[in-house]
Amino acid sequence: MSLPLPESVDAVIALLADQNYVCERPLATALFLALKLQRPLFLEGAPGVGKTELAKSLARALATQLLRVQCYEGLDVAQTAYEWNVARQLIEIRLAEAVHDTDRERLTHSLYSRQMLIERPLLRALTQPRSPVLLIDELDRADEPFDAFLLEVLAENQLTIPEYGTVAATAPPITLITSNRTREIHDALRRRCLYHWVDYPSVERELDIVRRKAPGASERLYRQVVEFVQRMRTLDLFKSPGVAETIDWANALLALNTLQLDPASVQDTLGVLLKHQDDLVKMQGGDTAKLLDELRAKALL
Amino acid sequence: MIADNIVHFARVLRDAGFGLGPDRVLAALAAVELVGLRRRGDVHAALSAVMLERHEQQPLFDAAFDTFWRDPKLLEQMMYLLLPKISGRGDKPRPPRANRLAEALSVPRAPDQPNPANATAREEVQFEAQFSFSERERLQKADFESMTRAEYALAKKLAEQLPLPIDPVRRRRHEAASSPRGGARIDLRATLQRMARQPHTLAPLYTRAREETPALVVLLDISGSMERYSRLLLHYVHGLMRRSLRVHTLTFGTRLSHITRCLRERDPDVALRLADAAVRDWKGGTRIASSLHEFNQRWARRLLGANAAVLLVTDGLDRDEHGDLGAAAARLRRLAHQVVWLNPLLRFDGFEAKAAGVRALLPHVDRMLPVHNLASLADLGRALRTPQRPTQFLLH
Repeated sequence: MSLPLPESVDAVIALLADQNYVCERPLATALFLALKLQRPLFLEGAPGVGKTELAKSLARALATQLLRVQCYEGLDVAQTAYEWNVARQLIEIRLAEAVHDTDRERLTHSLYSRQMLIERPLLRALTQPRSPVLLIDELDRADEPFDAFLLEVLAENQLTIPEYGTVAATAPPITLITSNRTREIHDALRRRCLYHWVDYPSVERELDIVRRKAPGASERLYRQVVEFVQRMRTLDLFKSPGVAETIDWANALLALNTLQLDPASVQDTLGVLLKHQDDLVKMQGGDTAKLLDELRAKALL
Repeated sequence: MIADNIVHFARVLRDAGFGLGPDRVLAALAAVELVGLRRRGDVHAALSAVMLERHEQQPLFDAAFDTFWRDPKLLEQMMYLLLPKISGRGDKPRPPRANRLAEALSVPRAPDQPNPANATAREEVQFEAQFSFSERERLQKADFESMTRAEYALAKKLAEQLPLPIDPVRRRRHEAASSPRGGARIDLRATLQRMARQPHTLAPLYTRAREETPALVVLLDISGSMERYSRLLLHYVHGLMRRSLRVHTLTFGTRLSHITRCLRERDPDVALRLADAAVRDWKGGTRIASSLHEFNQRWARRLLGANAAVLLVTDGLDRDEHGDLGAAAARLRRLAHQVVWLNPLLRFDGFEAKAAGVRALLPHVDRMLPVHNLASLADLGRALRTPQRPTQFLLH
């Protein structure tokens, strides 16, 4: 069964907004097309801009299952697609021995039947009665052989198991692939997907996100937080804070009952935003004061 | 009408270097049909989702889109401007004929393979000629002479046969193993398959973690002092890429240029010509510290995943201002699995780390490969064959 899908770009935006996921219109357009054209959507962007969150929100919004493949080096078929239940196969052989069943043809057939397959996310995504959202997360962390293995699943929505045959999708999954670009993904895989680069959001958009994800602070604090982080992203940092960090920071300030930003409160909570020692040193060495001065000049402090 | 426009647009992008097959053009038509033509932003987003493959293409795409969809008149003008290019596809100016092709055509084949000593001698003569030429004319372009046949054969041999200066890493992916020794695991699936074929055997099959050469990032100094070596080293790197290793190449002098895509070209002459066109700072000054810093900030995360190794090729002749070079090198060391420094200027015996840049770099590399008087690929070969010693004692 395929899902009732949104009929326009605006419908996609509204659908995701219901799940507290605020997205820019280009991203919504790309997602809308991915749903309509039944193509995988390949999302690249800095860490913490909401690539994974999009898949989660989409699954919730469409009230369907989310199947996730978290990639890492050395990932293989057994962990992502299927595995033969070897223990059960061995029992089957012993049973055949016990009853003196010597029909080898039948034994082989029962050894490599569907019941002997253990489904992993990729295979499960193809066998669901209702289209699931398939999230292949941080594909850049897997190694290249895995990219090649994905091609069949992505392009044809099917999986070939040598001993068994080809499994075609009953309801085609909605596939989202994310990458942080720690490795270039091969062109062959890109070609089969729609592509979207997820950028840091605009001030207004980020304000909207923080209001939804860290409720309870004053409008003034939200604005200070967002403006401060947006300015930080223009500095020469090793790792600029993402939206996830902005949300964490707002929540951290709330937990500390901060009413407005000051040097001390920023200094105490900087570890929420920056995760590299060099960046911390750089911010502690005067950049914090400079950014706060800028906020003051904008009459935000 | 709109279909025509999209097909035209795709053709313009293809000429600009986008890999757009007919499947993409069809997808683009379907995409525009789905989002409608009411909002320009939607059309832009739809086309970029379908036509882009990587983030770097975005600026070019945006420019093309703006010109194309702003004004039909402008579009006509642009098409007119592009016309010679499109119609002229059949008769492109011919690339200059490669040296080794001319050589192969004119000179009768040598009766047997030249022995290595012979080849080296011939090379030296050719290099002498090249050096005197570049001494006279200080061009901003590298002006690579295309390879001679002997050089071509030698470069290929070196890249294929020489051990790499980097250590292999153990992967999590397994391969079949013959014996259960050395951390091997039983491969149940394969064992069972064999048992199904030969029911009376119960001999388990094994797998073990695979060892392989990690991805290699070559950082190549192309400043004035390194001028003589850049061509040689590029040939070597090109050979490594042809050996289907994962190699990324960046050059630096006063700025950092990523030339991996240029070097993917199979023909070394074409590859080097492309690289020459892409790099703007041949034979300029050196800013090692800022180049390494830029690499750390912009490229390290993208290229140094999965235990990649760095081959840093530089003479280290730079001042270590405010410890910047040391800090950048230290960070590079932390980001990469191993850093090997190939220094083409120094001889091992009696070498003293005097230059400030050398002193700053040395503590942060795993290994230094000194090449005395690197004048030919054969010298590079000799250096790669000799076992390397740790760098620590050089600093006393």
